[in-house]
Amino acid sequence: MSAGTVTTPMVEIKSVTKSFGPVEVLRGIDLTVRTGEVTVVLGPSGSGKSTLLRTINHLEKVDGGQVSVDGSLVGYRRSGDKLYELREREILKQRTGIGFVFQNFHLFPHLTVLENITEAPVSALKRSKAEAAETARRLLTRVGLAEKAGAYPRQLSGGQQQRVAIARALALEPKLLLFDEPTSALDPELVGEVLDVIKDLAHQGTTMIVVTHEIGFAREVADTVVFMDEGRIVEQGPPSQVLDAPRHERTKSFLSKVI
Amino acid sequence: MPLTSDPPLSKAPERARTDAPEAALEIVPVRHPGRWIASALTAVLLAQFAHGLVTNPGWEWPVFAQYFTAETILRAVGTTLQLTVYGTALGFLLGLVLAFMRLSDSPFLRAVAVGYIWIFRAVPLIVQLLFWFNLAYLYKRLDIGIPFGPGFVSFDTAGLVGAMSAAVLGLALHQAAYAAEIVRGGVLAVDSGQTQAAAALGIPRLRQLRRIVLPQAMRSILPNAANEVISLFKGTSIVSVMAIGELFYQAQVIYGRNGRVVPLLMVATVWYVLLTGALSVLQHYIERHFAKGATR
Ligand SMILES: Nc1ncnc2c1ncn2[C@@H]1O[C@H](COP(=O)(O)OP(=O)(O)OP(=O)(O)O)[C@@H](O)[C@H]1O
Ligand SMILES: [Mg+2]
Repeated sequence: MSAGTVTTPMVEIKSVTKSFGPVEVLRGIDLTVRTGEVTVVLGPSGSGKSTLLRTINHLEKVDGGQVSVDGSLVGYRRSGDKLYELREREILKQRTGIGFVFQNFHLFPHLTVLENITEAPVSALKRSKAEAAETARRLLTRVGLAEKAGAYPRQLSGGQQQRVAIARALALEPKLLLFDEPTSALDPELVGEVLDVIKDLAHQGTTMIVVTHEIGFAREVADTVVFMDEGRIVEQGPPSQVLDAPRHERTKSFLSKVI
Repeated sequence: MPLTSDPPLSKAPERARTDAPEAALEIVPVRHPGRWIASALTAVLLAQFAHGLVTNPGWEWPVFAQYFTAETILRAVGTTLQLTVYGTALGFLLGLVLAFMRLSDSPFLRAVAVGYIWIFRAVPLIVQLLFWFNLAYLYKRLDIGIPFGPGFVSFDTAGLVGAMSAAVLGLALHQAAYAAEIVRGGVLAVDSGQTQAAAALGIPRLRQLRRIVLPQAMRSILPNAANEVISLFKGTSIVSVMAIGELFYQAQVIYGRNGRVVPLLMVATVWYVLLTGALSVLQHYIERHFAKGATR
């Protein structure tokens, strides 16, 4: 990336709207995430954070506007001035480039830790089993769970399960990682071990969007903090601005409650 | 008299006297005298029944022994097992398809599945079997070709639907309606987060079903499916109305000839009981296989 070249942002969200029945959950969201940056999304419950995150890998279809990841539209193909909906197969293919980590881990309980991690590389990327297993073991070492390869998810603590889920997402070598409240389902003493893994990824330049209520984490690793309320982005900017000198009343009152 | 009375005074000093160290205390399990009495009574009744089985000449055990492993009976057991295996296999295969039709986003496919399940659960198996047996009367020829258009290949239905295939068809179609609901129930019982995670990982759709959803659904499908297989296994005795040489029909044929009704019914009964036992053992092992990773 030489200076002067215009690099496409990793994520470009343009005027995205989404309703569930009569409830308008996203009311025109614009957001740009540059490659290598960490964006933390904050906001009260029901403000649409999860929904926004889920539109980025097309787990949720948008009603209006567009989402692009790494320069290509998510869920659609543009031809002239028409948008053609992609087939499920093509959407699944797109998703292999976007890792998603859920609040409740959603590990596959009937598969071992190793099988959880190798499943997608083998079935979606057609990697050989041996190659996938090798990558999986490397990733498990990286999240500090090398000795748990043969365990089943229910034999692990919540923090360990979430670290496996992160390894599972990383196994596809995604260019973008999405985290939806990765530590909210954890006992307080287990939050740290998961945040450490995410911080580690951040320091290595992984592009990610993290929905979280951990303000300390946001202050430490975020390049951009986004505050959402009632389906809109109220304000965004570097943590020093949004967290320490918020301009909007809503942001101030929210922060006073969570800190 | 008050409902709550103080404990008898004599107890208090007694408790005070036992001041042995905590670790040395002896644990006295609760006694269940009622359970012992019930067990004894049941044992007596069982013994009486067994005694009757042995001493009552009406059971004609020598006749039982003579026929239990007779070749005709063994062949009939084979036929019964065949009907069960084919009926179950085809029934659950079709049931799987129907379950996913009913879970699909297409209102038409859903309606077809609902209609099928409605009809085939409504028509008594025996009525349906007789319909299939008389298929040749309904459709003289079966053509394979363009729908409503000319046919390329055609069969005589009389030759195509022999008694055996009519029976398998009937059992399978009947079974499919129940299997569909059992499979659907199992799939619905799997946490939706599982498919979301699989979709987020880009795992292909069929693979999601086969590798992620169905193995987990199996845990709730299996006990119900085993019930269905066992009831189909016994249900095969219904096809005796079509003069197929399965176990019950063969027993009937033999006692029709020699008049030894009770021992031959016992022959059939014991086979049904033994094979159902074998199925239950099989069920146990299959369930254990699918319980991998589960804590309960
Ligand atoms: N599948 C759905 N069907 C109907 N309503 C939904 C659905 N998903 C979300 N909603 C509604 O959309 C709104 C926003 O939900 P969303 O999960 O995006 O909020 P959130 O900011 O992630 O909140 P939280 O912090 O509680 O996770 C909520 O009012 C929720 O009830
Ligand atoms: Mg949420």
